[in-house]
Amino acid sequence: MSTELGLNVRRKSATPSSGTNIRRDGLEVSKIVDIDLCIGCKACEVACKEWNDLAVDETFNFGSYQSHEDLTPATWDLMRFNEVDLPNGDLAWLIRKDSCLHCDEPGCLLACPAPGAIVQYENGIVDFDQSKCIGCQYCISGCPFDIPRFDSETKKVYKCTMCVDRVANSLEPACVKSCPTGAIKYGSRHDMITYGEEKVAKLQERGFANATLYNPSGVGGVHMMYVVPRGEMLGEYGLPGDPDVRGNTSLLGLLRNLRGIGAIATWAGLIGVGLYWLRTGRKFPPPENIAVADAIALGHETEPPAPAPDAPSAGPRDEGDET
Amino acid sequence: MASLAASFGRGAMTNHWRDFRNSDAFLVIGANPAENHPCGWKWAFVARDERGAKIIHVDPRFTRTSATADSYLAIRAGTDVAFFGGLINYILENELYHEDYVRLHTNAGFVVADDFEFTDGLFSGYDDEARTYDTTTWDYAHESGDAEPTDEEDTPGSDAEKPADPPDPGFAVVDETLQDPRCVFQLLKQHYARYTAEMVERVCGIPQDKFREMAATFGATGTADKVGNVVYAVGLTHHTGGLQIIRAAGIVQLLLGNVGRPGGGVNAERGHANIQGNTDNAISWEILPGYLAIPRPGMETMADYLDKVPAKQLRPTSINYFGTNYAKFLVSTLKALYGDAATPDNDYAYSFVPKPAGNSSWLTIHNEAREGRLEGIIYSGFTGVTVGPDSNRMAESIGKLKWLAILDPYQTTGSEFWRAPGIDPSAVQTEVLFLPATDWISKDGAFTNSGRWAQWKHKALPAEGESRDDNWILAQLMLRLQALYRDEGGAFPDPVLAVTMAYADPGNPSAAEIAKEINGKDLATGLQLSTFADLKDDGTTSTGNWIYCGSFTEAGNQMDRRGTDDPTGMGYFHNWAWSWPANRRVLYNRASADADGRPWDTSRAGIRWNGTRWVGDVPDFPATSTPEEAMGAFIMTGEGVGRLFAPANLTADGPFPEHYEQTESPIANAFSAVDKHPVAFHYDGVDATFASVGDPDYPYVATTYRVTEHEHFVTQHVPYLVESMPDFFVELPVELAAEKGIRNGGRVRVRSKRGEVEGVAVVTKRMRPLRVGDDKIVYQIGIPVHWHYESGTGEQKDSASMANLLTPYIGDANVRTPEYKGFLVNVESA
Repeated sequence: MSTELGLNVRRKSATPSSGTNIRRDGLEVSKIVDIDLCIGCKACEVACKEWNDLAVDETFNFGSYQSHEDLTPATWDLMRFNEVDLPNGDLAWLIRKDSCLHCDEPGCLLACPAPGAIVQYENGIVDFDQSKCIGCQYCISGCPFDIPRFDSETKKVYKCTMCVDRVANSLEPACVKSCPTGAIKYGSRHDMITYGEEKVAKLQERGFANATLYNPSGVGGVHMMYVVPRGEMLGEYGLPGDPDVRGNTSLLGLLRNLRGIGAIATWAGLIGVGLYWLRTGRKFPPPENIAVADAIALGHETEPPAPAPDAPSAGPRDEGDET
Repeated sequence: MASLAASFGRGAMTNHWRDFRNSDAFLVIGANPAENHPCGWKWAFVARDERGAKIIHVDPRFTRTSATADSYLAIRAGTDVAFFGGLINYILENELYHEDYVRLHTNAGFVVADDFEFTDGLFSGYDDEARTYDTTTWDYAHESGDAEPTDEEDTPGSDAEKPADPPDPGFAVVDETLQDPRCVFQLLKQHYARYTAEMVERVCGIPQDKFREMAATFGATGTADKVGNVVYAVGLTHHTGGLQIIRAAGIVQLLLGNVGRPGGGVNAERGHANIQGNTDNAISWEILPGYLAIPRPGMETMADYLDKVPAKQLRPTSINYFGTNYAKFLVSTLKALYGDAATPDNDYAYSFVPKPAGNSSWLTIHNEAREGRLEGIIYSGFTGVTVGPDSNRMAESIGKLKWLAILDPYQTTGSEFWRAPGIDPSAVQTEVLFLPATDWISKDGAFTNSGRWAQWKHKALPAEGESRDDNWILAQLMLRLQALYRDEGGAFPDPVLAVTMAYADPGNPSAAEIAKEINGKDLATGLQLSTFADLKDDGTTSTGNWIYCGSFTEAGNQMDRRGTDDPTGMGYFHNWAWSWPANRRVLYNRASADADGRPWDTSRAGIRWNGTRWVGDVPDFPATSTPEEAMGAFIMTGEGVGRLFAPANLTADGPFPEHYEQTESPIANAFSAVDKHPVAFHYDGVDATFASVGDPDYPYVATTYRVTEHEHFVTQHVPYLVESMPDFFVELPVELAAEKGIRNGGRVRVRSKRGEVEGVAVVTKRMRPLRVGDDKIVYQIGIPVHWHYESGTGEQKDSASMANLLTPYIGDANVRTPEYKGFLVNVESA
């Protein structure tokens, strides 16, 4: 069994031997953001930067309460604000904490060609290891939530780690710790789902007929769920209604998202991905998440020795290393 | 705070943060707790989750509080009396008031003297020339006094007391039936009959149907099994009629029977971490510590003072605790101040206490500087230029001083005013002395929060650079002053030389030593006192602040306790820190029970009579006074009850709140011919700086505020917080921006008659145009206060980013808190 930070590793990017054969028990953790309790104070945003020692971005007011127009390599948690007219003439000011959702079937990890650059722990946290990142940005293409950000200086990609270093030491993530209203909760995935379901029922009683627990199955569920009072407005919150891993790893998506990297690396990477899909994609019947099923199957078929450099799916990494 | 004292007897939030969990409805007005009090505000969300509480938000701006409320009403800034008046009228007309409570715990039945009148916007006694009221007619009829008694009193014990104790005017006349046309209840009905929903719409800009819906929701808490909570902050305070606005909130809560009850109250959310502690310890010029009045000229002896100041017992059933014990608190305070120099023979050095003839609010102090009548000012945690109002005028005022001393951890607009953008330093003669003081995190001490909980904190970081504790700075100053007077003499040195400095190191007292001094002790034994009930008027006890007596006892520093037990389940947490007075958590909690001592709502008991004593919270009442004695719940008032009508001397501007327009207003007063506040003080020359009613050059209403990302001006030194809300901005309605060609994210310039600012335009649907009067559209503009020429980096060093360049130099008629909310401006694309 592979461990890092004292946590069991479920799987690693581009590493078929990763993961463990131990039974998936109930040790998964999760955050849940109860939007009904969120006041948009940005304490989580600042706590995230403080704990992770992230650089101060030079921001400017662009006509909004939102601090940054978008996530950056140094801003992994961003409160997004949106003013929406309601049918009855009232106004809703939708506020959402935007940061990595830690998909159970993470599109970023599945798209990543660099062995071990993206790690999913048994507890469900998906973390990036920048020392192994090759800067190809496939993870960006693979993410249905548009979370990872490429730093053109370090040539690495960054995102929320769910404070895995805190979690490994039995502490809650920094955003949870700092939230003054208890809108961000943290605990076992089971408990968080229970909280979410109970809260949704309360919201429905309060008149939010479409209140919903956002835990999309297209990515196998997430480890940062949302309680959304106005479930009919997922789009206005900036949440995809039906996110899907495969849809985002399409070639078009890759082309759209490839930025700031040499053309050779780009095409080499694309070829690598093509090979990967040729090799593995056809093995499977067409369930909703082919790549996901693939990775799970690989994990279960093999023993967990350290990955060999010539492991079949390591091709893209080799080519990436040449750049 | 003065307004709450006028209504209930004490100037403080009646309940506390944790108690919000016990509320059924919140009327949040002139406050933005989600942004400015997020840690406390979470308990409102708990109340909503646990008991289905409704949150109503009323504000000129749709804020993050509105975003998380159940309903939001946009109101024109400064029309809050009209709003509350409408609510009072709705409650009375629809008989939503808690009748048993009103009879038992308010002055509804008190009969008002015949010569009290209200005519077309003015109360009796108005002096047009002096712009002041002679308040003597604002009084009750007295049993032996001027008005004919309407009801024969038959209260046990009253006869016996009358000959001995009867205040010279005699006890007040009360009509228990509330039918006497001159009783407070009937006068209240009459006064607010004009405040219809139609008028609310005309004046406040709130559509009638929305107003009625709100009034029905909050009015539904006027029953024994429901409790409503009025939450406010400086959005109600920052007006020429600020005190009366908060009085109006108090009237609503008394009518609904929501004062003294868990989950209820009129809850003032204080700004800084320790504003409540500042007020308690006499940061305001008109009080001594513990809300003892500062003596006025003519009160030459303590006997004079005690004759004129303390409340008189107005009913046989009034405990009148404050009035009765005033002498003990005053003498003990003088003993703490002057020690052995305070003796029975010299009236306990009463003559040392200043008796200011004039007002000494900060507006007046700066006006004195401007007029050249002041040599120097010490700013401690204050900077007049950014705090305002009228920053240009403030800068001009301190520029006339000989010296200005600054105690602050950071350079401020005060310390740097002489080199502000656009100022020629060589033209400024003021000598500025900067004394770097430690930040809150580098010193011990207590913060008293809005809910009166004094919570001790410990120094967490070493002091930076050469900064020193304020205690050290002030003690050094005092010792040097004393040395100068001792060595060089001078006129009347006694009050300075007599000040006690009895600390281990007089030049550097510790926070704990000062806290012990504030608590007070028995001077014979030297032991710390455990309750203000032990204070004496014979010079054998001392206290720095009688309401804090019990905070630092022989058992140790009670403010440093961190017990988490809550045996009643009501959230009192009596072993967590310490709250004044006497560690009780809900003020006036006798009013949480009926005449027989049974809680109005047994599921939410404040205190209850168990047959031998009152139990639950620490009773705000004599613990063994039986319900049969029928003593009044509001022990700090002469009446023994809460005041719907505030008689003479409690306010400068009227027994009932009345709507007047702001100093600058887009429309004339729809309620009376008196447009503006009739007794607000106008400093010389300021009238020329005010826009006229409906001034075409300044057609829009502006209001100032704070955002959650910043704490006033100090967080401009915290890079992550600057990042999270980087630039000075102005919020304005979409419709106005379209008219003026202002683009969201572009630059906008805002001008008032006093100055102009320039910032990023945040064009938003959250600033909603209002329809007022005869179909007039009023646009409102929002301007946050956090930016100034010492803030941030680069472009932020800009004088034109100070909101208070725009605000008018005028304050509340009673306490002179400036009118930062609701003034007139114009805007243009920059």
